[in-house]
Amino acid sequence: MSGRGLKELSIATLVVLTIGYVLVFFWVPMDADQGFKQKIFYLHVPLAIVALLGFVAGGVEGYRHLRTDDRRHDANSYVFIHISVVFGVATLISGMLWAKASWGHFWVWDEPTLVSFLIVFLLYATYYPFRYAIEDRDRQARYASVFAVTAGAFVPLNFLAVRMAESLIHPRVFATSSGGLPGSMMLTFLVCIVGFGLLWATLVKLELLGKRTSGQLSRLRRTLQAEGYGEGGGSVSGRIAPNMESR
Amino acid sequence: MTPSRSAFGAIVAKDLRTELRTMQSLPAMVLFAVTTFVIFRYGLDRTALSGSLAGGGLWTTLLFAAGLGINRIFLAEREEGGFDAFRLAPVDRGVLFVAKATVLFVYLAAVELVVVPIFAIFFLSTWSGLLPMLPILAGANLGLAVLGTLISSMAVNSRARDLLVPLLLLPLVVPLMIAVTAATAHLLDAAGPDFEKFGTWLLVLALYDGIFALIGYAVFEFLLED
Repeated sequence: MSGRGLKELSIATLVVLTIGYVLVFFWVPMDADQGFKQKIFYLHVPLAIVALLGFVAGGVEGYRHLRTDDRRHDANSYVFIHISVVFGVATLISGMLWAKASWGHFWVWDEPTLVSFLIVFLLYATYYPFRYAIEDRDRQARYASVFAVTAGAFVPLNFLAVRMAESLIHPRVFATSSGGLPGSMMLTFLVCIVGFGLLWATLVKLELLGKRTSGQLSRLRRTLQAEGYGEGGGSVSGRIAPNMESR
Repeated sequence: MTPSRSAFGAIVAKDLRTELRTMQSLPAMVLFAVTTFVIFRYGLDRTALSGSLAGGGLWTTLLFAAGLGINRIFLAEREEGGFDAFRLAPVDRGVLFVAKATVLFVYLAAVELVVVPIFAIFFLSTWSGLLPMLPILAGANLGLAVLGTLISSMAVNSRARDLLVPLLLLPLVVPLMIAVTAATAHLLDAAGPDFEKFGTWLLVLALYDGIFALIGYAVFEFLLED
């Protein structure tokens, strides 16, 4: 992957998100029940959907890594999960603010989607300690892919179980977010989802590019050291993620 | 007998014999569970439990006791070079997964055989819910066995083995725990067992077990490569 397209992608993200939020604040009618507070819906729900799709995509990339043994898929899987975890933090915070604003509590255990999301988030938070507890590079990549596949399959299963627990114990109080959404709200919502999808893609591309660059840099530095040019500038510090060195 | 089946038999027999001779895991799991019951008695400040408190107390205890066993299930393989030996053997890699899951299932069943009656003696006013609990116990054991085997094999080759097992296990078993505690809560009702949604929860349990058995079997070979 090269840096080409990053600029275009960033601009597209900015444009779509701007359009989305102009629609949110100036066009979409106020929610009859919740009023202005309901606007956080256009931030919270797209973030959550993109994060969940990112987790599943990380699982698919993990599967492809196991199939092909190509390290690029492992790097993709790592970055997909990493950016989705960041989106996950934003989802949880925005969800808690919304819950406080409309129900009076920061946390509502009756809301199955929020609880499922927390469980998924807790699982993916263990991806980092798990990954970096394995020293051998090849094994680390392989084990991380196994994690990504298992956790990716867990995401839908978990949503099913948590939702069932709620609807079986007591009926669901809140209507589903897409049910009965007026056309203008639906359109704005879709624009916001696309915007956040683009933001996710931009961040993924940026992160992958950064890894790629630091990999190339350390390769160059090693070559220079091997040829006896100086002592090098110390080790490549702070590397906390798989890079895409071919060696 | 096919090579896979004889390898399966050999691994299961080896593990069970080792456990019977050394008694490394089972007594610790039982002791842990019984002590936890005592802590629940004071933590909840109840001398009798029923309904969801009984289900929650019992399953929390069994889950953490299972964690002790899961932590150790691959210990001998790692320390005594069993993984290398198995890699040399001309059998399907999945055999080790199935064998270890079977061993773990037997461990859990053995622990429950002792611990569940003790729980009943300590806390339950009526024991009529215990027999219908058998399919739930079996389903939960199956799920914990396949998931535990998968997680233990992932964690055993890392630096932070005993830290990672609970960290990975707990979020992954949340759906399983939802199903078993919901089903058990009705069975351990103070007024006698109630079979509301019993079949539905067993179905969820079966779905969960099936999915993780398939995933575990499919990805296990990648954990053995070196």
